[in-house]
Amino acid sequence: MASERPLLNPPPLSDLPSPLPEPPIRPDPTAPAHRPTPSFSLDPPDPFRRQTNGASDRLVASNRERELAEIDARVIYLNDPRRTNERAGFAGNSIRTSKYSILTFLPRNLFEQFHRLAYVYFLAIAVLNQLPQLAVFGRGASLLPLAFVLFVTALKDAYEDFRRHRSDRLENNRTVHTLNGSGQFVPKRWKDLKVGEVFRVSSSETLPADMVLLATSDPTGVAYVQTINLDGETNLKTRYARQETLSKMPQNGTINGVIRCERPNRNIYGFHANLEVDGKRVSLGPANIVLRGCEFKNTAWAVGVVVYAGKETKVMLNSSGAPSKRSRLETHMNRETLILSVMLIVLCSVVAILNGIWLVVHKSKLTDTQYFRLKDYSTGVTKNYNYYGVAMTVFIIFLMAVIVFQIMIPISLYISMELVRLGQAYFMARDSNLYDESSKSKFHCRALNINEDLGQIKYVFSDKTGTLTENKMEFQCATICGVDYSAGTGSLYGEDTGYSVVVGDQLWRPKMPVNTDSDLVRLLRDGGATEERKWTYEFFLALATCNTIVPLVLDTLDPKQKLIDYQGESPDEQALVYAAAAYGFVLVERTSGHIVIDVLGERQRFDLLGLHEFDSDRKRMSVIVGCPDKTVKLFVKGADSSMFSIINRALDPEVIRLTESHLHSYSSLGLRTLVIGMRNLSQEDFDEWQSAYEHASTAVFGRGNLLRAMASQIESNVSILGASGIEDKLQKGVPEAIESLRQAGIRVWVLTGDKQETAISIGYSCKLLTNDMTQIVINHNTIDACKKSLEDAVAMASKLKAISPAVENAVSAVGSPRRISLALVIDGNSLVYILDTQLEEQLFKVAIACDVVLCCRVAPLQKAGIVALIKNRTDDMTLAIGDGANDVSMIQMADVGIGISGQEGRQAVMASDFSMGQFRFLVPLLLVHGHWNYQRMGYMILYNFYKNAAFVFVLFWYVLYTAYTLTTAVTEWSSMLYSVLYTALPTIVVAIFDKDLSRRTLLKYPKLYGSGQREERYNTKLFVFCMMESVWQSLVVFYIPYFVYKHSTIDMSSLGDIWTVAAVIVVNCHLALDVVRWNWVIHAFIWGTILATAICVVVLDSIWFLPGYWAIYHVMGSGLFWALLLITTVAALVPHFVTKVFGEYFMPDDIQIGREHEKFWGGSIQTPRSEIQMRTLSRHQH
Amino acid sequence: MNHANNTGATSSSGSGDAANQRRTSRRPKYSKFTQQELPACKPILTPKWVISVFTIIGVIFIPIGVASLLASRDVVEVVDRYDNACLPSNATNKDAKIAYIQNRDTNKNCTRKITITKDMNQPIYVYYQLDNFYQNHRRYVKSRNDQQLRDKGKANETDYCDPEKTTADGKPIVPCGLIAWSLFNDTYTFTRGSENITVNRKHISWKSDRDHKFGSDVFPSNFQNGTLIGGKTLDPNVSLSQQEDLIVWMRTAALPTFRKLWGKIERDLKANDVITINLENNYNTYEFNGKKKLVLSTASWLGGKNDFLGLAYLSVGGLCFFLALLFTLLYLIKPRKLGDPSYLSWNRNPAGR
Repeated sequence: MASERPLLNPPPLSDLPSPLPEPPIRPDPTAPAHRPTPSFSLDPPDPFRRQTNGASDRLVASNRERELAEIDARVIYLNDPRRTNERAGFAGNSIRTSKYSILTFLPRNLFEQFHRLAYVYFLAIAVLNQLPQLAVFGRGASLLPLAFVLFVTALKDAYEDFRRHRSDRLENNRTVHTLNGSGQFVPKRWKDLKVGEVFRVSSSETLPADMVLLATSDPTGVAYVQTINLDGETNLKTRYARQETLSKMPQNGTINGVIRCERPNRNIYGFHANLEVDGKRVSLGPANIVLRGCEFKNTAWAVGVVVYAGKETKVMLNSSGAPSKRSRLETHMNRETLILSVMLIVLCSVVAILNGIWLVVHKSKLTDTQYFRLKDYSTGVTKNYNYYGVAMTVFIIFLMAVIVFQIMIPISLYISMELVRLGQAYFMARDSNLYDESSKSKFHCRALNINEDLGQIKYVFSDKTGTLTENKMEFQCATICGVDYSAGTGSLYGEDTGYSVVVGDQLWRPKMPVNTDSDLVRLLRDGGATEERKWTYEFFLALATCNTIVPLVLDTLDPKQKLIDYQGESPDEQALVYAAAAYGFVLVERTSGHIVIDVLGERQRFDLLGLHEFDSDRKRMSVIVGCPDKTVKLFVKGADSSMFSIINRALDPEVIRLTESHLHSYSSLGLRTLVIGMRNLSQEDFDEWQSAYEHASTAVFGRGNLLRAMASQIESNVSILGASGIEDKLQKGVPEAIESLRQAGIRVWVLTGDKQETAISIGYSCKLLTNDMTQIVINHNTIDACKKSLEDAVAMASKLKAISPAVENAVSAVGSPRRISLALVIDGNSLVYILDTQLEEQLFKVAIACDVVLCCRVAPLQKAGIVALIKNRTDDMTLAIGDGANDVSMIQMADVGIGISGQEGRQAVMASDFSMGQFRFLVPLLLVHGHWNYQRMGYMILYNFYKNAAFVFVLFWYVLYTAYTLTTAVTEWSSMLYSVLYTALPTIVVAIFDKDLSRRTLLKYPKLYGSGQREERYNTKLFVFCMMESVWQSLVVFYIPYFVYKHSTIDMSSLGDIWTVAAVIVVNCHLALDVVRWNWVIHAFIWGTILATAICVVVLDSIWFLPGYWAIYHVMGSGLFWALLLITTVAALVPHFVTKVFGEYFMPDDIQIGREHEKFWGGSIQTPRSEIQMRTLSRHQH
Repeated sequence: MNHANNTGATSSSGSGDAANQRRTSRRPKYSKFTQQELPACKPILTPKWVISVFTIIGVIFIPIGVASLLASRDVVEVVDRYDNACLPSNATNKDAKIAYIQNRDTNKNCTRKITITKDMNQPIYVYYQLDNFYQNHRRYVKSRNDQQLRDKGKANETDYCDPEKTTADGKPIVPCGLIAWSLFNDTYTFTRGSENITVNRKHISWKSDRDHKFGSDVFPSNFQNGTLIGGKTLDPNVSLSQQEDLIVWMRTAALPTFRKLWGKIERDLKANDVITINLENNYNTYEFNGKKKLVLSTASWLGGKNDFLGLAYLSVGGLCFFLALLFTLLYLIKPRKLGDPSYLSWNRNPAGR
């Protein structure tokens, strides 16, 4: 896949035996076609790219020599935008990220809003209500809730779109210098730029469109590009202008040629085109294109031609919204919504059927009964008025009942939930405990609909590099020629002041100091001409040359001192180059043709004759260098597995044996290892390679495969130089975080591309593995072996289970130290045979029996496969956390994906639901915010079900006294405002602000997290309980006033007002009873809402044309009303209060204990007495 | 523990070198609000609280209950059902009853005698009570037009008034609609011995209705002219705002059994007074098996006679006392140390230890 990458072709060099006959084509040596993961880890590129490239590979296979079909290609005439755009309608460069214009806002926004089911329900009800036979509510009242939510959402959308408009305008009006007819570069607005135009960009200017490089300030055509706006990666990437165009620009200012390229697509790492210039056809690859949004660095200027503009640029095609997932709670909520729908239908049917029965029973009396008056005599012809027979009436009554009881299904809940999540996200993002000072990264909620899932996680799948570790590589030790230099006796900067290079009157020194080994330094400096020194020399030379690092020279405060900053895509390479520099092999300059290295104080120039990039199939890279002494050498470095297969074992068996043992000990220390080898190339070897290379690089299709085959051919018969050990430091707080998570009953699985020993050692250092664990290791290369060890493991697990049957009951794995816990270590090779086969089930059994699972050497798709293993077989919530592109698939697969915004770019962050700076933030995120979010959201959903049902039941009871004709005593406005204004705000505010336990308690007792895992705050039992409460409360609210006013002169509106006010007070007080933490916001909203309701009722009763005119004033004037409210509220809430008190005292859950603990024990931390208690507590805990 | 220190440090740095920090980092600004550390009260239902709450409710509710009950008992209410009694003896089946009531020519006068059971102090309210009359029936409730009632110029506004919109020749009925059409039309006169008891029929409706809902310049027209007479006819020379019977009637009752104020007797009645009522039994309730009752009642601060509220207060108050007692007992039998971590589920679990 990374195969499209061709090799570097050397520029003509006079001192080379066989110079190339023609000016060489200059393909890319360092295109970012492989992900900037540490180059030598096992991680293949991300799946997204794999797919697209895989597709193109197949295409290549079938049409190997086919030209870009005319029909598929986009043809661009260089510097001739008119002709280019004549035929095909290429997009202009003005972009529009905004969705609406003033004219289209209303229709489009409404259209989009009605995509949501909830709004369609509102609409359907409203439409139903418009039919004259069904007009339960007046026009205004029936449209109110719909209008309200539409308005609020539209307002939000309009604001967001306004901001997009503003940024679009800013973007479109930036200027760029384009080439005009007379060869001058003149300023032009971005939006006026067209495909085919040639333009010039200076250093640090942002690119307005995707362009093919034609020329750069560098004579060899190199340009360094920063893609931070594209993928967030800060390191520099190299791009090349073709030699053919380079020579034409910019002297004469005109250039003619035709580019044929693919149609616009989303693949930012692929580009496929050819350029016809001067009758010659040259191919263009991803190394020749620079994308919109990138910036040039270290390059004074660059000239290019627009190939994709505006919305067709790759960055625009890639800008997609955050992934949309649905939270577990919401899925469950839909189940309950279904139950509520059934209840709604039952209620409506009951009303309709009773109405039918009533009609049949009273049939004979209906004609003249004053309150029914079947006949209409006014028109002369006596006809039935508004009556269509029993059956039809029953049907109409049913539909009317649906309208009246519509809020049984709490549609407004969906909107409330969105608001709540917004609020919760605000507080999560603002939490200073989730802010990473070192990388200055804040917490971000990218997905806004799964906040509450954070409180129910049972499995955490973590990447290792960059997630558990810092991904800041540090060279630790090396084994060279069988000698281990890992004593680490050296000091920082070596013996003296470290290594620096004198350039003119300036002193250049590497930016990062590295620990050096004094023996090794001494050997290099004064080793004489021994064999050992020679190998060491070659070893460091290999480190300094065999990479794609670009040295940048930075100014310091002291003008005499400069810092060399090594920029590269792989942190491992950086570490190696810094190490080489520390030992005296300072990489000073790199161009496409040569490398300048300061070798122990002596400046030497090495010609770069060829470079085989790292790819995940070969797992190694190599360079061919022409040394100053006219020899040609191949340096290879790569993962041990791939290197030992190409090393000539006959050459130095003893060295190989020693190196292998050293490698083993390095990886047991948790170091990342790379093996380095070299081969002296003879003239014939080189010639052969070169001709093969020429052949391969001129092939338009399948070039990648050819080049790869060629690389494998030359990378053989290598002699071993040694190996390096690089340390990747654990992030701060990782062991503690993992311990907390495990106490919380969360299983942490580590999935890494590292080798087994490294993975295990990291496992130990982050306390994932402990010495009392029994390890089950599965690493086999055959299906049968895998099967056998899995079966053994299953047997072992069940045996252990039999020994300690109580384990099942234990909330978490670390309950008792006496328990034997299992750890499973499995590698990628075995997983190949296990995942997607019948062995998967076995693996699952073993894995869930183990407390710790460590997967090493896994490919990205395997990571996703492991997540799927758990996700598909259990109901448990999974969380994946990672930082690199190789974690993208797993992040997307898991229920919750978290991206670490760290060293490895932003691919993981872009795919994630939440992003943050450090692994340890997982603890406050899950244990604190997740817990809060889950508790509050669960309660809010139940409460909304309850409060709406209670009101519906009140309406329902009344319908039983109206001859089942759905008259509502409650005014239509109040029944519509009930779910919008009278009760909505307090639940939203409580769901944002209330906290059942303090942050401190939650962190101190991680096991409190179990409440979310066990779904204690939202389950069917609670739902049934809620419904029972709502029935009871509705009975109280309805029947106390009913019996009090029975046989009185009370009119409909007055009684309706009493019911409204009583219901609102009851449900709000119910909420108040359940609030844990009363701060002023909650106070304001709960009491304010009751007040607002009262005001609303008063206002509604002050409008003369409404039937309830002045009713509330009359009712309020009597003492009866107030006495009634008091008794109703108390009587309605007594059962809730009693069950609450009883439950909290006699069957307290952990959260209740925690609350009490917090209140009665936690407040007195300062006193020594409680210190003692605290200590006893923590003993209790273990 | 560790964490507590952290938050402490954050808060102090937030106040101390906050300005300094803000310049150098993107750290979210510290405030009690954003860190969700607003001062808050965390009430916990301790036994003490629970028992006090129940006791307090009991202490408050039982006196209220007693007071309501006493008030209700103070109210003297005399009820006389007359619908069947005022029928001629031959009207035994329903058809005969209807035939009688619909016949405009028969004499519908009827005399009833009631005995006052207890002293009644003025004002004594005279109500008529209809049973089984669904004044809240949907067809019925909607059949009115408030515009027309209020505004002289809007006599033609008869929307929603079906089926009593217009006369057969298309003239708008004022007041239109079923409610007005079915206006109650029984009349009563009261005598004690030979002495007439005057009934004040003024101001029996809501002032707000008279002033704002029913126009003082709107007069009835074409009213009760149809084939089917629903109830009372209105004097076309009296404006709607003075047709108080209509105003009272049009404030539709909430429940199918309801009372409407007919007038007030502004003098005291003594126990064992025998009141003779001459009534005109005009209103057709025989159609739907409705009952008609005449009610004389005094009023208390709670309105009419109704023991329910008092009983409700007493029972809830009693229940709360009982609960207070119950919880006291339970707390004594099964005490639990609040907030003791040994009750945490993982500590209770014997396997965990």
